[in-house]
Amino acid sequence: MSLLELHAVDKIFGGLHAVRAVSFQVEKGAIFGLIGPNGAGKTTLFNLITGVYTPEHGRISFAGKNIAGLKPALIAERGIARTFQNIRVFRTMTVAENVMVAGHHLHKASIAAAMLRTRSYERDEQALAKRAQELLEILGLAELAGEVAGSLPYGSQRRLEIARGLMLSPELLLLDEPAAGMNSQEARTLNEQIRFLRDQLGLTVILVEHNMAVVMNVCETIHVVDHGETIAEGSPAEIKVHPKVLAAYLGEEQPADEASS
Amino acid sequence: MRAVIRLAVASAVLLAIYGLQFGVEAGFTEYVQRIILLAGINVILAVGLNLINGTTGQFSIGHAGFMAVGAYGAAFVGVQLARPVHAALGSGPFADALIFNLALLAGALFAGISGLIVGMPSLRLRGDYLAVVTLGFGEIIRILFNNASFLGSATGYSGNDPSGLPAYTNFFWVFAWATAIVLLIHNLTFSQTGRSLTAIREDEIAAEAMATPTTRLKVTAFAISAATAGIAGGLFAHMQAGVRPEDFRFERSIDMVVMIIVGGLGSISGAILGGIFVAVSLELMRDLQQYRLVLYALLLIVIMIVRPEGLLGTRELHQLLRRKSPKPAPRKTEGA
Repeated sequence: MSLLELHAVDKIFGGLHAVRAVSFQVEKGAIFGLIGPNGAGKTTLFNLITGVYTPEHGRISFAGKNIAGLKPALIAERGIARTFQNIRVFRTMTVAENVMVAGHHLHKASIAAAMLRTRSYERDEQALAKRAQELLEILGLAELAGEVAGSLPYGSQRRLEIARGLMLSPELLLLDEPAAGMNSQEARTLNEQIRFLRDQLGLTVILVEHNMAVVMNVCETIHVVDHGETIAEGSPAEIKVHPKVLAAYLGEEQPADEASS
Repeated sequence: MRAVIRLAVASAVLLAIYGLQFGVEAGFTEYVQRIILLAGINVILAVGLNLINGTTGQFSIGHAGFMAVGAYGAAFVGVQLARPVHAALGSGPFADALIFNLALLAGALFAGISGLIVGMPSLRLRGDYLAVVTLGFGEIIRILFNNASFLGSATGYSGNDPSGLPAYTNFFWVFAWATAIVLLIHNLTFSQTGRSLTAIREDEIAAEAMATPTTRLKVTAFAISAATAGIAGGLFAHMQAGVRPEDFRFERSIDMVVMIIVGGLGSISGAILGGIFVAVSLELMRDLQQYRLVLYALLLIVIMIVRPEGLLGTRELHQLLRRKSPKPAPRKTEGA
């Protein structure tokens, strides 16, 4: 059974059919790419999976259970973490605090316990801080733990979003353009980090990305959408030469050398 | 061991406040004492409102309503409790203290429950919409009291005694409660719950994507904030002979908002400063009579031009002081 399954999902905004009958399956442990030209519906698909939107038709099942229409917080609790295309870190909070916010399941102490600073509260708080520090180390942000998140460069903010998502102890991680705003050195490090997450932490990753160097390098399967519809799915090698993909990115009868750059 | 230390610290603080009371009563006129008490009550109001308006980033301008619920609730329960408690314990300072504190807690409970009732439907809204709804609820609460005949309708409630409500409120109780509330709200703000509330303020969509139960937390924070306004209301009620609906008009909600904006939205120490500022500045300008409110408004405009983020911004006083002190030099790793 696949970890995530979309079956004939539709999303309509007024007159715009943003997603039309999209189906795909993501196996556990995969690194799955989702690409397409601007406005193809990639982020809408992420928003459907994470409960920001409810699909008009179709089924979205995660670990065998239907999650379409659940609230975002509940879906996050079930093990789907995400990052955002337009960075959404908690800007005035420190890097460590940003990560700790996602640690509800590690913090069982009640509000009264927090107000009275009981021993069980402090134990939970320490466990949470320790876990946050571990995750920041994985993403190479440990040195910045005390910095205000809004003051970090873009690349670091994107990695912070990943660390924050990991705090949920998710099974599935959705990365929305994690390489945007990163230089080529940072993008290479990101490739390694994504592989590390899969190999060492056993995560399944879905990646929306325009940086083809990242997508082609790290993804095993790539799903291509255009105008809300699936146009292709296959390995990076297949996608690179797929005529419909080339047409969508470059228009008909254009030289094809840009698709792999 | 921990509990013993805490108990010792708490006793020492209470003893210090008790000692200060003698100083204040001996050293200041009745009039100045009254301003000091009002400042303490303002601190409770401001710190409580800051939890919802500052930390959580929601905007309530109806907190006078919750203060009214606390004031009426405490006054009413205090009057009902007086006879059985006096019958059981006789009259004396201990019996009075017991009645007063039970009455304050009852007022806080009523205010907290009304906070829940108001918060549940209205916290689905944000920004200006939420502000208008809380304003409406605040007025509804006041008008309900204005028409509640068993609470004296428009003339207000002053118990069964012709001399009015007992004047339980004094320096000790105001500042003991203010200290406790500041401490509890501070602990809440700097906890996992507080981080989640701040996250809601910073980006509600991201907070939700991180499994934060946003609605439940907002309603809880709103209820806690309403309950603290209730305590302030109870203290206010027992400072004067009775409570009247007109004590809790819309202007009082605005006063509270002014306190936290002057102090710096989101800062507890700012809220404390703001609460004191409003109490003192309004009194200092009393000689100016009808020009008082004009000058007061001008003062606010000047503060907002000079320091738009409030006196302290979102930071706490101790954070600012730490920043002033020289930073330890960054550790250098020795190169090989």
